[in-house]
Amino acid sequence: MADDEIILADLSDDELVLQMHDDLYDGLKEEIEDGVNILIARGWTPYDTLTKALVAGMTIVGADFRDGILFVPEVLLAANAMKAGMFILKPLLAETGAPRMGRMVIGTVKGDIHDIGKNLVGMMMEGAGFEVRDLGINNSVEKYLAALELDQPDILGMSALLTTTMPYMKVVIDTLKEKGMREDYIVLVGGAPLNEEFSKAIGADAYCRDAAVAVETAKAYMLRKHNALKA
Amino acid sequence: MAIDALSQMLQTRDWLMADGATGTNLFNMGLSSGEPPEMWNIDLPDNIRKLYKGAVDAGSDIFLTNSFGGNASRMKLHGLQDRVREINRVAASLGREIADAAGRKVIVAGSMGPTGEIFEPMGTLTHANAVEMFHEQAEGLKEGGADVLWVETISAAEEYIAAAEAARLANMPWCGTMSFDTAGRTMMGLTSAKLSELVESLPNPPIAFGANCGVGASDLMRTVLGFGAQGSTRPFIAKGNAGIPKYHDGHIHYDGTPELMAEYAILARDAGVRIIGGCCGTMPEHLSAMRHALETRRKGPRPTLEDVTAHLGGFSSVSDGTDGAGPAPRERRGKRG
Repeated sequence: MADDEIILADLSDDELVLQMHDDLYDGLKEEIEDGVNILIARGWTPYDTLTKALVAGMTIVGADFRDGILFVPEVLLAANAMKAGMFILKPLLAETGAPRMGRMVIGTVKGDIHDIGKNLVGMMMEGAGFEVRDLGINNSVEKYLAALELDQPDILGMSALLTTTMPYMKVVIDTLKEKGMREDYIVLVGGAPLNEEFSKAIGADAYCRDAAVAVETAKAYMLRKHNALKA
Repeated sequence: MAIDALSQMLQTRDWLMADGATGTNLFNMGLSSGEPPEMWNIDLPDNIRKLYKGAVDAGSDIFLTNSFGGNASRMKLHGLQDRVREINRVAASLGREIADAAGRKVIVAGSMGPTGEIFEPMGTLTHANAVEMFHEQAEGLKEGGADVLWVETISAAEEYIAAAEAARLANMPWCGTMSFDTAGRTMMGLTSAKLSELVESLPNPPIAFGANCGVGASDLMRTVLGFGAQGSTRPFIAKGNAGIPKYHDGHIHYDGTPELMAEYAILARDAGVRIIGGCCGTMPEHLSAMRHALETRRKGPRPTLEDVTAHLGGFSSVSDGTDGAGPAPRERRGKRG
């Protein structure tokens, strides 16, 4: 209906940002692209656009996913819309040298094909301003090690959906320990059959029950890391 | 057409006991993490016979074949996508062998787990593709002598529908359960009420439907009570995990005791569930305790949610999406379009 139609360009900055939060929530990709372009054209920095419009919007999505209001399909749609916005911002962010939250290498462990949760974590982490390298599924310890060497990330994320594959996380962590590399990385683990106790038993830093928690946990650990470096 | 073996058994019995865990049992026999358990059908068939026999000896009326990940999408991970039919055929034929030697009627249920892929438009899996993969698996299980196809741990309605179509193409009776592991719903947001609805909308509905795996026995009971509330008369299936996984000395143990699983079996029966079994962590000793309880304890009234939490512990979320008691959805600023 014509009365209801929302013209993004007619909205004030504040209203536009709020509307973008709604549009992210509803997974409206083209509307998010428009919103990003409008903010940039109005002179917003790429970093402000990322954090105030996209990251803040994805935080709402993440919270409602955590609280059982949204489920995987809605979050995938939202993350997809966010990715489209990020695609516009990425080159601009690189030009302006905007601050990065940190770097993460993430992958599903050997023998496991499941990547829905892992992909969500990757997208939400990107949405939160992290640089993410996704190793995909079925990763052997050798593949994780090669990626750690190449990318020098702050965080290693491992995912498993099966009780038959989750113990492989310990193989990876034990190898890191053997090589004296364990303390160089924040190791986060997740996946349906996991829990806090399992993550402790295998020597991970934290278990993240969903993508929203992964982002919160990663941020908290990065803050701790920065503080430790300053001290 | 002659009536299938499972329907026949359901006609003569109030409840049937299904089996327990596959993965947990195989780990205890030395399966290493990351290796495809389905290859043991061919490489170490005695271990698979032992797995099946463990369930039969503990009193299971139905056991599932070692073919959960035996679809082309999953087997591709190990470069075994060309052996799908063989792997499934052997999984079922080993089952047939054990069932026929049991000395009583035992049902061989051909396990079919999810493809691990997401459907279009969010993912790449098409309906036709999913049907093709499930059909290939179904034909293998049928050739090996499975009595019924057993679709399990599904979270997307589209995948359940594709599996149903595959069963129709293979001309096989089937059962189908979903995993309700996210705030009382499946990962894709399906409630117990929605599954009840979905099942009745299919051109070839399953003989029985229900829930497996998920979070713990109490959540699973809430889900099956949800099926009942829909007034469905189709038999329900409950296959809950034996508690929560704990890691100890390089092995995963589930913390649910045989006593707890026996309580769960009784609650499930009293809630009207016709097919009762376990999932991850459920070992033969759990099954024996469940069978004993089912045979010796008198049927009680339909349990309430309070009865469930009193016997099995609390739920993982306040609501399961069927009672309107969950958190409210976000208020939008205005309407779009």
